Amino acid sequence: MIRPSLPRWLLLPVAAAVVFLAVPLVALLARVPWTRLPALLSAPAAVEAFWLSLRTCAVTTLVSLVLGLPLALLLSRGKGRWAAAGRTLSTVPMVLPPVVAGLALLIALGRREPLGGWLAAGGVDLAFTTTAVVIAQTFVAMPYLVVSVEGALRSTPDDYAIAAATLGASPTTVLRRVSLPLVAPAVASGAALAFARALGEFGATLTFAGSLQGTTRTLPLEIYLQREVDTDTALALSVVLITIAAVLVAVTARFSRGAWSRP
Amino acid sequence: MRRRLPAGLTAALLLTAMLLTSCAPASAGSGRTDLVVFAASSLNPTFATLGTEFEAAHPGVTVTFSFDGSAALVDQLKAGAPADVFASADTANMDKASTAGLIGNSPVQFTTNVLTLITPKGNPADITGLDTSLDGKKLVVCADGVPCGTATKKLAAALGITLKPVSEETKVTDVRTKVESGQADAGIVYVTDAKASGTKVETLPITGADKARNEYLIGQVLASARASLAAEFVALVTGERGQQVLKAAGFGG
Repeated sequence: MIRPSLPRWLLLPVAAAVVFLAVPLVALLARVPWTRLPALLSAPAAVEAFWLSLRTCAVTTLVSLVLGLPLALLLSRGKGRWAAAGRTLSTVPMVLPPVVAGLALLIALGRREPLGGWLAAGGVDLAFTTTAVVIAQTFVAMPYLVVSVEGALRSTPDDYAIAAATLGASPTTVLRRVSLPLVAPAVASGAALAFARALGEFGATLTFAGSLQGTTRTLPLEIYLQREVDTDTALALSVVLITIAAVLVAVTARFSRGAWSRP
Repeated sequence: MRRRLPAGLTAALLLTAMLLTSCAPASAGSGRTDLVVFAASSLNPTFATLGTEFEAAHPGVTVTFSFDGSAALVDQLKAGAPADVFASADTANMDKASTAGLIGNSPVQFTTNVLTLITPKGNPADITGLDTSLDGKKLVVCADGVPCGTATKKLAAALGITLKPVSEETKVTDVRTKVESGQADAGIVYVTDAKASGTKVETLPITGADKARNEYLIGQVLASARASLAAEFVALVTGERGQQVLKAAGFGG
């Protein structure tokens, strides 16, 4: 079917949108001290922040998959009020201002708060640990995986799953061999999005986990500190984050091309 | 896959709405003059008080403050941010601004600040000072490179002690909130921060704190179009009334 072409005047707001989105990034890249980049990025503080970010984000993505996939599966089947409430709950952290997420985590898990105090009494002291970083990242990142996978599951026809069940496959087998493979691209893109969101996590980490080189100071926190100390280092580290983000978005787009292509 | 769109669209709309409401520019009232003061975060309640008094004495003038880390403020000034007065929490950052040709006259030192140790209310970890009572406890300080962190490092060196913090914050207020909430067992902040925290913290003065005294400098921004008003604000800060308010907040130690 031939689609009607878009009106030409749309080009004007389109150009404005492209300029609006591109100018800040181009401006930042123009300011980066490229010749000193290798030296700036090989500083111990930068290297430690980089690996800490990669490690925590990998764990965050894993936790998001382990906990988020079952949640997405259940929500995709759910109807009515409880499902709607569950869906809202699992989406809210996505749009929450990061500092609010941090405050919420702090009040829930802080050392002097009921739950956190109880954990601390049991020997689980989360304050200023790498685990606290992962918790903060997972809180804001998991929703991206849940929303992505749930949407895909809902729009996948049940035919194959029903056929498999009719042929005698157990629920676990249907899930493992039919349902999940069908939404594999959405799982991959959801995981990439969760990783990207975790990588950018800043507010909740700063409020909840603190900032110590090698333990809790991830790339965004190092940039935040270096902005005060040495702008060039902050810019160099920004290039790293922009690069990783661009790669992740490209990967996501590739995985979800099928999902987003025109009907 | 079409069902995914509404969720994304709703999120996009929500975000746009949030951006629009938060970024609405402050309307420039006609006939009013705006005096913009860039000041170090630690000057927050003090300068706000002086700003209100300045407005009362100058009908038609609105004093707008931007409180942030001194280095961040210098960066903003370098980028052409429209400010009239700049007050820095240390000499290093004022020097940076002066070297960049941003400050009109030669900046003047208008007050000082020293560090102190604070603990959460009731001192639950039984901290007694910068001593062995901190072993295994959660101490939070400012990161080296930001004014309060540089002062902390200098003080530790002067006192011949090694600090083992669990977190090094970018802003002194972040140290404060972590102690106030009890996440940290102790923190090193400015005397003025301890005072501003009131009863939420216990203050343990550091003997020899004067070995790392931060000097606060104020100067007029060269590009300012309201030089005479800016000069009057600087005069208020350095004058008797300004010094009185600063002293009441704990400055001048």
